Amino acid sequence: MTENAPAWDETQPILEIENLSISFFTRLREIPAVMDFSCRVMKGEAMGLVGESGCGKSTVALAVMRDLGVNGRIVGGKIRFKGRDLTAMSQEELRQIRGSEIAMIYQEPMASLNPAMKIGDQLAEVPMIHQKMPKSQARALARQLVADVRLPDPDRILDAYPHQLSGGQQQRIVIAMALMSKPALLILDEPTTALDVTVEAGIVDLVNDLAAKYGTSMLFISHNLGLVMEVCDRITVMYSGEAVETGNITDVFDKMRHPYTQALFRSIPLPGADKTSRPLKAIPGNFPLPHERPRGCNFGPRCDYFVKGRCDAQEIPMLPVAGDTRHDSRCIRFDEIDWNAPIAAGVQHDSSHIGEVVLSMENVRKYYEVAASSLFKGGDTKVVKANETLSFDAREGETLAIVGESGCGKSTFAKVLMGLETATDGQIMLFDENVQSTPIQHRNTDTVSSLQMVFQNPFDTLNPSMTVGRQIVRALEIFGVGASDAERQQRMLELLDLVKLPREFANRMPRQLSGGQKQRVGIARAFAGNAKVVIADEPVSALDVSVQAAVTELLMDIQRKNRTTLLFISHDLSIVRYLSDRVLVMYLGHVVELGTTDQVFAPPYHPYTEALLSAVPIADTRIEKKRIVLEGDIPSAVNPPPGCPFQTRCRWKSQVPGGICETEMPPLRDVGGGHQVKCHLSAEILAGMEPVFTVAAE
Amino acid sequence: MLLFLFRRIGLMLVTALCLTIIVFALTNMPAKLETLAKTQAGSRMTDAEVDRWLERNGYASPMLVRYGEWLGVLPGWVRTEDNGTVTGRCVALRGTAEAAGERCGILQGDWGFSTRFRAGVAEVLTARLGATGLLMLWVLAVMVPMALIVGILAGMREGSRTDRALSTFAIASTATPEYVSGVLLIALLASSTVGLSPLLVSWGWIDGPVLFQGNARSALDDITFSNFTLPVLTIALYGMGYVARITRASMTEVMTQQYIRTARLKGVSFGKIVVRHALRNALIAPFTVIMLQIPWLLNGVVISEVLFSYPGFGWTLYEAAINNDIELLLASSVVAVVVVLVTQLISDVGYVYLNPRIRIS
Amino acid sequence: MEPLSWFEILARIAQQLLPVWVALVLTYALSIRFKRRLGLYGKLFDSTVGMIGFGIVMFWLFVALFANFIVTHDSLSQVSGMRNAVPGSALRDPRDLYPYYLLGGDSLARDVFSRMVMGAREVLRIAPFAAMISFMIGITLGLPAGYFGGKLDTGLTFLANLVLAFPVILLFFLLVAPEIQETPIPRVMAGILFLVPILFVTVLLNARFFTQPAKRNLYVGIVLAVGAWAYVGLVFNADPVGLWSMSPNLLNVFVAVVFVNAPTVFRIVRGITLDIKTRDYVAAAQTRGEGPWYIMLWEILPNARGPLIVDFCLRIGYTTILLGTLGFFGLGVSPESPDWGSTINAGRRLLTVYPHPALVPALSLMSLVLGLNLLADGLREESLRD
Repeated sequence: MTENAPAWDETQPILEIENLSISFFTRLREIPAVMDFSCRVMKGEAMGLVGESGCGKSTVALAVMRDLGVNGRIVGGKIRFKGRDLTAMSQEELRQIRGSEIAMIYQEPMASLNPAMKIGDQLAEVPMIHQKMPKSQARALARQLVADVRLPDPDRILDAYPHQLSGGQQQRIVIAMALMSKPALLILDEPTTALDVTVEAGIVDLVNDLAAKYGTSMLFISHNLGLVMEVCDRITVMYSGEAVETGNITDVFDKMRHPYTQALFRSIPLPGADKTSRPLKAIPGNFPLPHERPRGCNFGPRCDYFVKGRCDAQEIPMLPVAGDTRHDSRCIRFDEIDWNAPIAAGVQHDSSHIGEVVLSMENVRKYYEVAASSLFKGGDTKVVKANETLSFDAREGETLAIVGESGCGKSTFAKVLMGLETATDGQIMLFDENVQSTPIQHRNTDTVSSLQMVFQNPFDTLNPSMTVGRQIVRALEIFGVGASDAERQQRMLELLDLVKLPREFANRMPRQLSGGQKQRVGIARAFAGNAKVVIADEPVSALDVSVQAAVTELLMDIQRKNRTTLLFISHDLSIVRYLSDRVLVMYLGHVVELGTTDQVFAPPYHPYTEALLSAVPIADTRIEKKRIVLEGDIPSAVNPPPGCPFQTRCRWKSQVPGGICETEMPPLRDVGGGHQVKCHLSAEILAGMEPVFTVAAE
Repeated sequence: MLLFLFRRIGLMLVTALCLTIIVFALTNMPAKLETLAKTQAGSRMTDAEVDRWLERNGYASPMLVRYGEWLGVLPGWVRTEDNGTVTGRCVALRGTAEAAGERCGILQGDWGFSTRFRAGVAEVLTARLGATGLLMLWVLAVMVPMALIVGILAGMREGSRTDRALSTFAIASTATPEYVSGVLLIALLASSTVGLSPLLVSWGWIDGPVLFQGNARSALDDITFSNFTLPVLTIALYGMGYVARITRASMTEVMTQQYIRTARLKGVSFGKIVVRHALRNALIAPFTVIMLQIPWLLNGVVISEVLFSYPGFGWTLYEAAINNDIELLLASSVVAVVVVLVTQLISDVGYVYLNPRIRIS
Repeated sequence: MEPLSWFEILARIAQQLLPVWVALVLTYALSIRFKRRLGLYGKLFDSTVGMIGFGIVMFWLFVALFANFIVTHDSLSQVSGMRNAVPGSALRDPRDLYPYYLLGGDSLARDVFSRMVMGAREVLRIAPFAAMISFMIGITLGLPAGYFGGKLDTGLTFLANLVLAFPVILLFFLLVAPEIQETPIPRVMAGILFLVPILFVTVLLNARFFTQPAKRNLYVGIVLAVGAWAYVGLVFNADPVGLWSMSPNLLNVFVAVVFVNAPTVFRIVRGITLDIKTRDYVAAAQTRGEGPWYIMLWEILPNARGPLIVDFCLRIGYTTILLGTLGFFGLGVSPESPDWGSTINAGRRLLTVYPHPALVPALSLMSLVLGLNLLADGLREESLRD
């Protein structure tokens, strides 16, 4: 603590941001990133900052730290921390506050730790700088903090280098580092985005407990509304550089008073949504670029309640919502809008009829041999069992979701199916053909064009140096569609229509497209040869929520039209529940559960599915969840545990007599109606499982 | 680790073997042998005389056989003249027919005979290598600290004025090969008629006619500031720019890493960030480059030694090459190749040692 | 006549270089006018360093192009009384010759200025093409090594390391010699090295157009015809028209320089390929059944162009240095050649007395390489800025 800090009244806000404006300066122009942003964080309060990418939420966090880089500058407003204005402080004063009174936690734990320094030294550095603590004492404190963030064997960890820890452990270290000098304010910038859901759940739990224990205030930045609900007391929603709504979590979630907040909630797949009766409603239009913002309300052009002449007449101020405490909205019409009106019934679809089996896998295995150590070649090779005895069918017009966390073997599965790798063992029947040992080069054009893939990363899916049209035309050429260049050109334009992109896009380069638009082009390319089976590998996970809804709806539309079989690979259970007909849950290369969506999302569960369901944050105040936090990390596929793959983290293990979980691989058994579970638990225990979600009575 | 070293050394031996075969083949081509015969025994020889000379001196057997002899895996050639004297590869090397063993190649420690210097290759080379060793020592002592300091200062704050100035200096130094910087330095500092020296003499600042000497032969007996500065600077300047640029690139990259931001937002001061957090990570790349730079300096050594008439290894290599002194050239290549491979090995091992991410996996 | 003062010398040199100035002004005016439409090249004009570098390079390029108009004397002819003449000396008996040796005379009484100008032509005739051939070879081998990996990669990497383990200077001493020129070695090597570009372009076009055989046959046919013509001329010196030819000397130098450069390019390309082949668009191409060469040449290579263009500039500079080294040791060039390296070598004997014959080419070479390095730096900076 700095000695000379003026006395500060605890009833005053810890952090008070007033009319903050931030701009970035490039050679060509000034780009306003944040405009007229205000918010207050009281002692012990957790404020959530929510918005889509590019809305300026991280910029606000960096401005609080006064770390905007050489191009960024605060052009207006004040940031008061314990009553002192941060924007007027010298570098030396800032240095004393950073790390001791305000600490920050970032998205990429691996990147935020120094790879060449031991964990202990990195932790001990903080009190050594700020409290001039002697090294031995600082290390003792570090050891205590490492134990506080619930890491096993703190002494070993203090002596380790960052790369020796898993992602979850690294993030715990980053949290410990932030708490080393008991800061008054903790800024968390998407702290769990890079982690798996089950690991994320553990971190969220930890952050909640520690904040309560140390009485720390928090500024929690996230794009995930569900996560914010679990951590924060208050929320500020940002759109295009402005705060559009702020208030208590319950007020904003249940009585939202800004059209953007409402649109955001309608575009995420909450438990009530359903692809046939209540489809998601994507926000029309695109996020405005910073220099193309409209006059008046930034959200105006995309807003359902837009009134010409009023919404675009003047700058819209933040207005308090009567009757609620500290609930403000940047909408001049929020009093006039009927917020309880039911969602305008969108296009409803008949649930599609599911046809013949088009793809069937039987006992497919894929093993890799890898050198034990990559640098010192030679010596032993180890076998990675990426997929073990995969068996399932997929039918025409069906959506089969494949769910699992990183390292569960879903990507390997996709590669084997596509023919980029050949299966080690087992059978894959595609239509009436055995393809398990045919690599893609030896498959005929028909087979190749009818089995296509949509990739995860929109920024990587298109060749950056070829126009959009050219890439689609190339796919048409390869698939032998069309007899002449003109015909293919025509077909390409039709494909752009199919994915609802303007035809001018044919001549654009990929870098001129937004993420969602690129993903649409990727979809158009996959359907160039009238694909019958499409593997979608996390097609929306890298997109913003409102864009996610649009791309998801597009996929569903095309599927209904073409009766395509969709294999939807995802780790996001909300979207899976929304769009899939059947679900297959994978863990460490094994199928642990397989059934219809209703069967998988209701008890009896496989213990892993249960934990996974509980870990998914849900942005709905009415839903109560049972908290099940898994201990430890996902084991490595190189060195899987003996017996059941999940036994190291299973909370039900003690219920199985004789400890056979540790020695025997459980069989995949039918628990009724084609619902298969790979577990040793007895039928009675399975039947007695409680549901993870309950809707609270209102 | 041992296994790794073992494999690397095995690979080194294979590489060295391949390279010596190539050098042997190129130096032993018929046309080159003919030149050799003419330089050794008179330039007006007829073709028949050349053939006879080659035959008499053991150059007539097939090339691979002679390579085997040189290596010491095949017995050296032996020949009894009409008058009864015995000549042969080993006889020539060991003085008398009695002392000559069956094999005498580099495996037995016999490096051959230099036709240019009329002495054993081993003794010629050891003396010259010592001289070059001293030169290299000074070059590294000047080059490495300067390069690292320039690189780190420039990379510390990317885009600053210091950065621009130092980067331009580094680029200019990489654009100045030794034969250019040597000429410039001599003209500027070592000429009694032009450059700085006449000025300094007229001001009475220096006693001798020139500030530095343009000839370094005297450094063989006694290294002085005056006779050694220019050759050392000439070599060091060219290498320095490259290492400095790599250091700068590495440093700027490290300075944009998130863990540097973490350190900054922990409240670590800028000086400590550079020293404690950035330096170690930033020096991994330059270390490798410096080690790989050493064989590169050989170029500079040859040019600089020829330019300043310093009779070291580079000068010997040059003399051997223009006089087609086969065995000296072969031995020099072996030395050069060993230097290359050993520095590669050190750079790999050092990289692993410096980088904990690799060390402990 | 009186010798010229330094000011007069500079003014007269500037006057001789008039075509260069005109060309430079035109280039800059046009480029800056249209810089927003010219992609990476246009962005170069946003960076001061890049503009300076580009200026120096273009200066030498135009000097080489207009050399015939710029020179004041024949670069080989000797004028009596001008041995080691200082810059600005007047000719004793000019008759119809230019009356001054602007930058003095060398030890054989030839005009240093004219030799410098013709030297630029010598260097710029070889360096860019040697760098280009090195690049094609490095790309043709580096792409498959990185893409396929395995034994092919191990083998090629070993070969590349073998060449790289050779000290450059030793290789030059061994490879560039009159005795070598009499053997078939340079021809065989040239035969292999020059075959690669033809193969490269053929495969490039075939991979792209094999779905449209008519187009493919036309393009590949043209390439093969032109390629075969150039090949016959360059490798066998037997071009019936006489457009393509290379003296044995030049061929030898060319082959040696390419041989030294190609392995480094190979390593760079291999590294980039290893990185890019993990991208999704490569996987997308694989899943639609594209052949490996299409993926390498049309999906991977265009996206590697940034670092490759930068390295290309650096490599021309490095090749210039190598050519200078060769000249400095008198390897592979005729003694009268105005090439900068051999001029420096010739001038160094009297360096402490008459520095100008060596200094002029030394500074020229330095400025050209500096220009190329600055250009590369500017390009790197601008290509990273997106």
